[in-house]
Amino acid sequence: MTADRFTTPRASKEVDGSMRRPVLEDPPYEVDRSPVHGIWALTNRELKKWYKAPFILAISLIQPLIWLALFGKALNIGALFTGSSFNIPGLNIPQQVLDNLANTMMQTTFGTSDYFSFLAVGMLSFITLFTAMFTGMSIVWDRRFGILNKLLSTPISRSAIPVSKVLNASVRAIIQAVVVLIIAILLGLNISNISVLGIAGTFVALFLMTAGFASLFVTLALRATSWETQMAMMNLLNLPLLFASNAMFPVSFMPSWLQPVVRINPVSYAVDISRQLLLGSSGMASLGFEFLYLGAFAVIMATIGTVLSWRLLSR
Amino acid sequence: MAIIETKDLTKSFNGTVKAVDGVSFEVREGEIFGFLGPNGAGKTTTINMLTTILKPTSGTATICGYDIVKDAAEVRRSVGVVPQEYTADEDLTGIENILLCADLYGIPRSISKPRALELLKLVELEDAAKRKVDTYSGGMRRRLELASGLISRPKLVFLDEPTLGLDVQTRAAVWSYIRRLKEEYSMTLFMTTHYLEEADSLCDRIAIIDHGKILTVGPPNDLKEGLGGDMLDIEVKEPDVDLSQLILQINHVKDVKKNGPSYHIRTEMGEEVAPAVIEVIRGKGVHIMKISLTKPTLDEVYLEYTGRRLREEQANWEDMMSVRRTLGRART
Repeated sequence: MTADRFTTPRASKEVDGSMRRPVLEDPPYEVDRSPVHGIWALTNRELKKWYKAPFILAISLIQPLIWLALFGKALNIGALFTGSSFNIPGLNIPQQVLDNLANTMMQTTFGTSDYFSFLAVGMLSFITLFTAMFTGMSIVWDRRFGILNKLLSTPISRSAIPVSKVLNASVRAIIQAVVVLIIAILLGLNISNISVLGIAGTFVALFLMTAGFASLFVTLALRATSWETQMAMMNLLNLPLLFASNAMFPVSFMPSWLQPVVRINPVSYAVDISRQLLLGSSGMASLGFEFLYLGAFAVIMATIGTVLSWRLLSR
Repeated sequence: MAIIETKDLTKSFNGTVKAVDGVSFEVREGEIFGFLGPNGAGKTTTINMLTTILKPTSGTATICGYDIVKDAAEVRRSVGVVPQEYTADEDLTGIENILLCADLYGIPRSISKPRALELLKLVELEDAAKRKVDTYSGGMRRRLELASGLISRPKLVFLDEPTLGLDVQTRAAVWSYIRRLKEEYSMTLFMTTHYLEEADSLCDRIAIIDHGKILTVGPPNDLKEGLGGDMLDIEVKEPDVDLSQLILQINHVKDVKKNGPSYHIRTEMGEEVAPAVIEVIRGKGVHIMKISLTKPTLDEVYLEYTGRRLREEQANWEDMMSVRRTLGRART
């Protein structure tokens, strides 16, 4: 009787009778029960948000450009040793000798003839590290908007949620790294040692590092309800991870108490691999060991994230 | 046949606070079941357990014959969820959101595409299908949530406050869509709402829950009857004649109170009893000045069970924020 109160005249006409169509009949079909479909669907969702929004894409690509131009070019350490500023009064050393001396000093310190190349390659890891760290935030947002609960009520595997975030971060990071590398070359990166294999190896290393850190920060965010906590965590860790690595300064010149920290930090290995492969610098360990280290880091972090997501996402 | 069956379902947080405390009920196939209660009564926690988002601390429940803990994956495959929040991705279009949902259920695109188009048509969003969701109004978002929740053709759908924050016209429209979808797909609906007249007119049966316990279950009319029936108020011109005893002898009349010129008569089947009462009064030469018949509403049933006291302790900060966000977006 009172039911009609909640029916608009137009709608009720459609409900009863004439306008009613038969419901679409489905041909028989198989539901995809593999865990991969969920991972793919969710990764696709995240990436779509990125490539469908040219503005965000542009911002995220402009940022590395600014960093490279400001950091890389402003910290012109090579200038300390070259030009008229570097001479000893009364000795009048020939300019060629000075230049040679400066070049040797740069080579032994930074493993390349100019600081820009040294820093630009370090910047590749730096930018991918930041992308990885921000991944945790998107789980916090999903939770706060109720999207996480909605996802948890669908048949996808629990672990598909963190895994898709990590994959998304890794893909984004690699694309950003490609752009940074191109910009760096345009800005004068030393390309005398560059090779296709070297570039490929560098991106493998960056992928492993991003996957490892993205897993770490997604795991930290699995239970976080406020984005403030997650932001605080990121701020606590980002600069230490950067400065306690060889991204900006060679490890051999650091104080002895800091060196072990740098040698544990996975960022150092991604940076070191990049320098060995792109600039031909001599590294702090063999390439094989460094890849193994990064690989182990990525696998362990991803495993921890996956296992914890089974436990933490379903209370 | 019962599509939901719960037995002593209990959930405690932090070991002590019992959000849901030994809840047992069943929902029959094909009905609209309303789940009513104040904020913090345990409604959402119950839904979260039934949709396998939370694990019960103790007790069991089966949905479509599957255990919510042991066969959680099968439960998730058989139910659809339309949450209180707007969960559609604002950066994607309407159809992209629905197809994403279909992908999560592993439905092949050859099936999900025509289905998505059909659902969008049913909720009258086909013109907006290719627009980004952040251009949608609150009512459109709610309809999109409905369509997404139904993409897997579930036999059972959970609707958590489907009309929260919507204006009266939009609420009416949303309900007409819900009813139409239910008919077309012959689904069972389990819903919560704060709009009691909606529950009254739509639900086949309702349960009232408070402090984690089910207080009563039944068809809305039975619950209203349970309060003791209708109230017939009659004012007469001659206050000195007392007809109480005569009126009480009429069939179905439960109680008569006389207060000066006014009679307050509590009775079952008020419409049928009223003429008989009028005849008795007139037969004694007494003149009727005023007459009114009030039927109990679900509001009274609700207040009878949950109490009239205002609640201050409930609704934690997170729930508050969630409701505020939903309200905020409903109004855009």
